[in-house]
Amino acid sequence: MSVDLTLIIAIGVLVACGTTLVLERSLTRILVGFVLLGNGVNLFFIVASGPPGAAPIVRDNGERMADPLPQAMALTAIVITLGVTAFGLALAYRTWQLEGHDDVQDDVEDALVIRRAERDDLSASFDEVDESLPEEEGADLPAVDDEVTDENAETADDEPHNDGAPDAGGTR
Amino acid sequence: MITLLAAHLLAAAGAPALVRLLDRRAFLVLALVPAASFAWLLPKVVAGDLVTQEISWVPGLGLDISLRLGEVSGPFSLLVTGVGALVLFYCGWYFKPGDTELWRFSAVFTAFAGAMLGLVLSDNVYVLYIFWELTTVLSYLLVGHNPERRANRRAAMNALLVTTFGGLAMLAGLVILHLTSGTPLLSEIVADPPEATVTVQIAVALALVGAVSKSALVPFHFWLPGAMAAPTPVSAYLHAAAMVKAGIFLVAVLAPAYADLAWWRPTLATLGIVTMVIGGLRALRQYDVKLLLAYGTVSQLGFLTLIASIGTRSAAVAGLAMVVAHALFKSTLFLVVGIIDRSAGTRDLRDLSGLWRLLPWPFAAAVVAGASMAGIPPAFGFVAKEAVLASIEDLGADTGAGWGVVALAGIVVGTILTVAYTARFVWGAFATKADVPPCDIMRRSSWFVVSPVILTAASLVAGFSGPWLTTILGRAGEAYPAGAHELELTLWHGVNLPLLLSLTTIVLGIALFVARRSVAAAQHAITDRLPMPDAEQSYYAVVRGVERVSVELTGRVQRGSLPFYLGTIIVVLALLPGSMLVRAFVLDEGGLDVDLADRPAQVVIVALVIGAAIAAVRSRRRLRAVLLVGLTGYGTAMLFVLHGAPDLALTQVLVETFLLVTFVLVLRRLPPFFSERPFTADRWVRIAAGATVGLVVAGLALLTAASRIADPIGQEFAEPAVSYGGGYNIVNVTLVDIRAWDTLGELSVLVVAATGVASLIHLLTDRAERISRVPSGSGSQRWLQRLDAVRAERRSVVFEVVTRLVFHAVIVYSIFIMLIGHNEPGGGFAGGLIAGLALMVRYLVGGRQELDAAAPVDAGLVLGLGLATAALAGLLPTLLGGGVLQSAIVDIPLGPLGELHLVTSVFFDIGVYLVVIGLALDVLRSLGGGIDQHVADEDQAVGV
Repeated sequence: MSVDLTLIIAIGVLVACGTTLVLERSLTRILVGFVLLGNGVNLFFIVASGPPGAAPIVRDNGERMADPLPQAMALTAIVITLGVTAFGLALAYRTWQLEGHDDVQDDVEDALVIRRAERDDLSASFDEVDESLPEEEGADLPAVDDEVTDENAETADDEPHNDGAPDAGGTR
Repeated sequence: MITLLAAHLLAAAGAPALVRLLDRRAFLVLALVPAASFAWLLPKVVAGDLVTQEISWVPGLGLDISLRLGEVSGPFSLLVTGVGALVLFYCGWYFKPGDTELWRFSAVFTAFAGAMLGLVLSDNVYVLYIFWELTTVLSYLLVGHNPERRANRRAAMNALLVTTFGGLAMLAGLVILHLTSGTPLLSEIVADPPEATVTVQIAVALALVGAVSKSALVPFHFWLPGAMAAPTPVSAYLHAAAMVKAGIFLVAVLAPAYADLAWWRPTLATLGIVTMVIGGLRALRQYDVKLLLAYGTVSQLGFLTLIASIGTRSAAVAGLAMVVAHALFKSTLFLVVGIIDRSAGTRDLRDLSGLWRLLPWPFAAAVVAGASMAGIPPAFGFVAKEAVLASIEDLGADTGAGWGVVALAGIVVGTILTVAYTARFVWGAFATKADVPPCDIMRRSSWFVVSPVILTAASLVAGFSGPWLTTILGRAGEAYPAGAHELELTLWHGVNLPLLLSLTTIVLGIALFVARRSVAAAQHAITDRLPMPDAEQSYYAVVRGVERVSVELTGRVQRGSLPFYLGTIIVVLALLPGSMLVRAFVLDEGGLDVDLADRPAQVVIVALVIGAAIAAVRSRRRLRAVLLVGLTGYGTAMLFVLHGAPDLALTQVLVETFLLVTFVLVLRRLPPFFSERPFTADRWVRIAAGATVGLVVAGLALLTAASRIADPIGQEFAEPAVSYGGGYNIVNVTLVDIRAWDTLGELSVLVVAATGVASLIHLLTDRAERISRVPSGSGSQRWLQRLDAVRAERRSVVFEVVTRLVFHAVIVYSIFIMLIGHNEPGGGFAGGLIAGLALMVRYLVGGRQELDAAAPVDAGLVLGLGLATAALAGLLPTLLGGGVLQSAIVDIPLGPLGELHLVTSVFFDIGVYLVVIGLALDVLRSLGGGIDQHVADEDQAVGV
């Protein structure tokens, strides 16, 4: 089957330009690139579907029709592009509102994970194993300040021995 | 039986409401469910009825809810429901009045009881697995009842990880058993087991991993003592009748088919004895009486697994008897611990003293239950233990195995330890100790002791009704050939080896208890000197290792940089499809048939599009870039027209226009130039990447188009589009009928995107606020009212008047376009976009107020209405006898007006139309009106 070279070139250029822009940091540019990519890919669908023909509307004139299936797919893709781009624009505006520019920054949380990996550390949510015992009531004791200060020096010895779990609010 | 399970589930669902109504007394109502189940099950189990029930679920996968009340599951189900009811009853006094966590606890606990009942009743391996994992998840919630302590969270996590690990292994084993035997029913697998090939043996071993982990055998034993983080009633239920018994149950069910595998008995017997001894030694070292009991359970579970795995007629019956005995005494003891804890405020046996005088009923219960645990007559534990010893004595005669003596010796050692820790428990909890001041206790309601007393009575009654129980439990033995001796559960067999062994264990156990100080010292000396392999430490090492690997892996792959992610995608695209592309072009068999252009006009348009695209990349001004992209969009639309896709072209033009204005609405606030960064090298990398992707994609387009050998599918769509879809525009019929699911999904995406836009700008989670923005009484406004909101110098009267004159006509036209879409270019998307553009023009004329006047509705309402219409339109054909989203064609005679040819998919298109309008409204209200508001607020702030 003969292939339409101009359309192929159009696809190539649209996708190349779109990709170049999408790799940028400015969200507006990314969105512009996204729309370009969308146009290129929609054209791809149409080219891949076969040769051009009459509009795919059933008439009794025997004319050969273009393939309707990729058209339906591309049609939904066009509208989705609208929705996603509008969302991206809202994001760009919000970023500008908060940061004064619309550049996409590296994720701070991910950077923390990378730093943990470099330090051969465990994840932040990992509960280190310790000697505490499970108990159905009460909370973990808050970290106790072990150093004897002037204030608690006298009272430290008088304090009653308390083995059991302290009731909530039961400590002095 | 399914009714019983459903009742538990319903009770669990209603439990929070009950707790709100009755507080802790809600447990009394909840206890009725397992109690009623017990009452229903009891006569059937006593009579030995085999009850089965099958409810078809997913027959294609062998997944049906098959329930079976059989010889083994009968006694188990009675324990689950009976002990469950008593423990729930006990909860009614255990918890403090007004406990704020009770609503959750009551629901989870009731569901847990239901899941356990489902587990023992299910015959289908997959249903068994589902209930198995349900108990795992629910026990996780129960153990983590108080998540404020780190140790509790860790205990819950350990229970979850260990038992889920085992559960998954078991699932793999069960799947293999299903596939090799051809039936998913446990009863059929066991009745006619598949040949014991290596595969089947692996499957059985995997299933046993599940059982061993669930029943807390070495090396998985450490999760069970940690599980005492749960409230004491949960521990009572979990240790006695539920959860840990699941593993024993599985072993008992599989034993008739696989006990004769060469490794089955030695492996399980070794694990059982090791667990029994380790648990017993650990129990002797505990000061917390609850923890002492928990290690006691570990020890007993080893014993139970050992006997359940033997697989002879007498062992099967003795094993069941032991399971019943254990359930009765262990639940009693835990409930007693709960009473001690609540009365004396501590469970530490170094602080408890003189309680036997203060708590006589719990003391009596503990003594009887302790006797049962230690195997002292006349409690049922003695009867069961005698039976176990007798069946092990017969092991050589029944199976030809020569290691019966070893097993017997192991059991004797374990039992001596059991007697010792039982004595330690009763002494520690109740005795008056000379060096400890007597406890002060808080009197509790006498209802509190009802449950343990009933369970104690059951232990005693069962001790005296051995012959009766022999008939009931004996049915489980019928799966095996008759053994050397007929087993009888009774208190007195005459003087024989079991009796002598019992006496020996009791005497030595008490001796061990009396000499507890020197025993403890010896234990410490040994454990301090010898480095013991510690299962718990290795488990933590594994968990830590997994944690480390995940951090490393996340750090490697999750860089948090958008260009990095895109770069990865690009590299993959260039390497995989790209290399295949190069290969295809190099091999080039057919030769590419390329011509310059199908239609000459294309060349001009493509040149324009290419120029605009490249200029857009080079542009440093935001606005210019956007306008150039718009140009490529319009160019693409024209290419669509030339190709024969009028629908696409129409939508593309409308979308492009809408998008252009939306861009401008946002860009008015952003700086006019892109922030340029100085890294030129980066720029070249981006351009190179872009060029590579462009080349690959163009090459793919060329190759796919050139590879076409068949005619496009479109020709075949034409006929069904008319006859089934009732429309001539095939693209539209495809959207609303042939691929309507696709469109429905797309509508959801649009709704999400629109909601996202609105929430990013308005930062409101509450849509009510936005409705109130709509000026009330907007309908009464005069048609050509003066716009006060727009300052005079910005107004254009001609624009205003023309817009208002044309607006309604455009809306009507949009509806027309939507309706004709079924036969001509148009449809819901195009119609909705036209209406959206009309609204946009109204907004451009007079700002927010004008938009509100034009569309005095909330965008969210329109979106929701649209999605609901589309969904209902999808369901409508089912009422007319079709499938979901099938088009039904209805011709309604309208008398002189002719006939209305109605295709139900038109309602679907109306839904599409509404969703698109909703999207337009949300975009205009947010990126238009919302940003206006921000500008106005800022001006005001500056003015002040």
